[in-house]
Amino acid sequence: MSYSDKVLDHYNNPRNVGSFAKDDPNVGTGVVGAPECGDVMKLQLKINDSGVIEDARFKTFGCGSAIASSSYVTELVKGKHIDEAMAIKNTLIVKELNLPPVKIHCSVLAEDAIKAAISDWKKHKDGAEEPQAARAQEK
Amino acid sequence: MVKTPIYMDNHATTPCDPRVLDAMMPYFTTKFGNAASRNHSFGWEAEEAVDKARNQLASIINAKAKEIIFTSGATESDNLAIKGVVEFYKDKGNHVITCVTEHKAVLDSCRALERQGKATVTYLPVDKHGMVDPDDVRKAITDKTVLISIMYANNEIGTIHPIREIGRIAKEKEVIFHCDAVQAVGKIPVDVEKDGIDLLAMSGHKIYGPKGVGALYVRSKGPRVRLTPIIDGGGHERGMRSGTLNVTGIVGFGAACEIAAKELPEEARRLTELRNRLQAGLFERLDEIYLNGHPTERLPGNLNVSFAYVEGESLLMGINDVAVSSGSACTSATLEPSYVIRALGINEELAHSSIRFGLGRFNTADEVDYVADRVTREVKRLREMSPLYEMAKEGIDLKSVQWKA
Repeated sequence: MSYSDKVLDHYNNPRNVGSFAKDDPNVGTGVVGAPECGDVMKLQLKINDSGVIEDARFKTFGCGSAIASSSYVTELVKGKHIDEAMAIKNTLIVKELNLPPVKIHCSVLAEDAIKAAISDWKKHKDGAEEPQAARAQEK
Repeated sequence: MVKTPIYMDNHATTPCDPRVLDAMMPYFTTKFGNAASRNHSFGWEAEEAVDKARNQLASIINAKAKEIIFTSGATESDNLAIKGVVEFYKDKGNHVITCVTEHKAVLDSCRALERQGKATVTYLPVDKHGMVDPDDVRKAITDKTVLISIMYANNEIGTIHPIREIGRIAKEKEVIFHCDAVQAVGKIPVDVEKDGIDLLAMSGHKIYGPKGVGALYVRSKGPRVRLTPIIDGGGHERGMRSGTLNVTGIVGFGAACEIAAKELPEEARRLTELRNRLQAGLFERLDEIYLNGHPTERLPGNLNVSFAYVEGESLLMGINDVAVSSGSACTSATLEPSYVIRALGINEELAHSSIRFGLGRFNTADEVDYVADRVTREVKRLREMSPLYEMAKEGIDLKSVQWKA
């Protein structure tokens, strides 16, 4: 099986590899997949208070298509509002990277990673805001 | 500087040795006769060439020429041995003993017989090195057992089974012993007499011969093994395998056997040295890598290693000028990692991280050094990209994590 040029490009020159501090309140972390399935993606999104994704980082254990899918996604979501990012479908990734049928699960995983990272960020935000609101009431 | 791409997948197939090709050439053109043509010189010439090859094959496994049946390849040989014995001896019994790490040609032949209700099959486990326990073979034998089928050496992890002990048990219990010796013949000494083997499958293209030709050794005495053919027709090969003989292929197979037999001691020594050099080159420079298969009882040219936290296929992609093979799920359509590696009882993540290096006659020390460098660099790069490596370095036990698959 040969790889598309775009998969090869992302594999050889992956964009935005790395990690943000997990305890940064502006960072949402999504870890999806499982080692026994041969795929684990970690996607981190730095999201500002208006819900715009300012930066992204990834680390992936998986085949070349999984690495390419996550690398592509970090570019794709940057500058997008979380509502837009939540609407990203795996089919877009399949199309962009020319993934063959056996590699579609990689794109599904990348879509799941976006959703997991955003929902993690929301959890942080809700968690951080609630106590503040409670304090405000006390005053 | 080494020439790339480098071929280091010699368990999958080997290039034809130029000496083998030289021997074959005349049989494509001037000496094109049908070995079954009994009434003219073209036929006689072909028959003579086939007889010579039969002797060359017999000689490398210490058999008699008439005990060699030519086939299209080892898959056919395995099918013929297993299905042929079960069919022929159906009045005697219907139980077959084999092992979970056998080649698919053996396993799927057994499964087909099970499906058709023609046999019940015991699939013996292997230990953590991929070795079958002869005691397990002994215990599995019942009064219905008609066949034991255990491979000589495994094609993925290179583990060499205790064949002689299994052969002894088979003799003692009077059960026919079939051995898929595709990876062993020409690589390590194989002797059907000393090893107590009754049926043996071998292949041309694994020993620097051509593809499309194989053979089955069928013991003629002590015991005389009988088979029901799976291909019917003109009654070639003593009725066990009909079909016009692939004379060119057979000539090449014979020449390959003669060369392999002659060069075996020196080649085995050289390949063991190269393999150890590759192993050292990797293990000295990388942490958390694991040898799959037996530490000592293994084929000279085989090295199978799991690189923790790195998925096998992505590693293959990174070393794209080196041809090796991966037990990773992603190289197969099934998305399941190698059943051989999983049978060793190692965790699934490591099964996804396994790479098989298969050194052969034409590999050099320079190539080995190049491959060790390439693999080391790529593993380090991919680990920097691996969330599992990061977690492990943070001291997180990966087994304690709740994965959302």
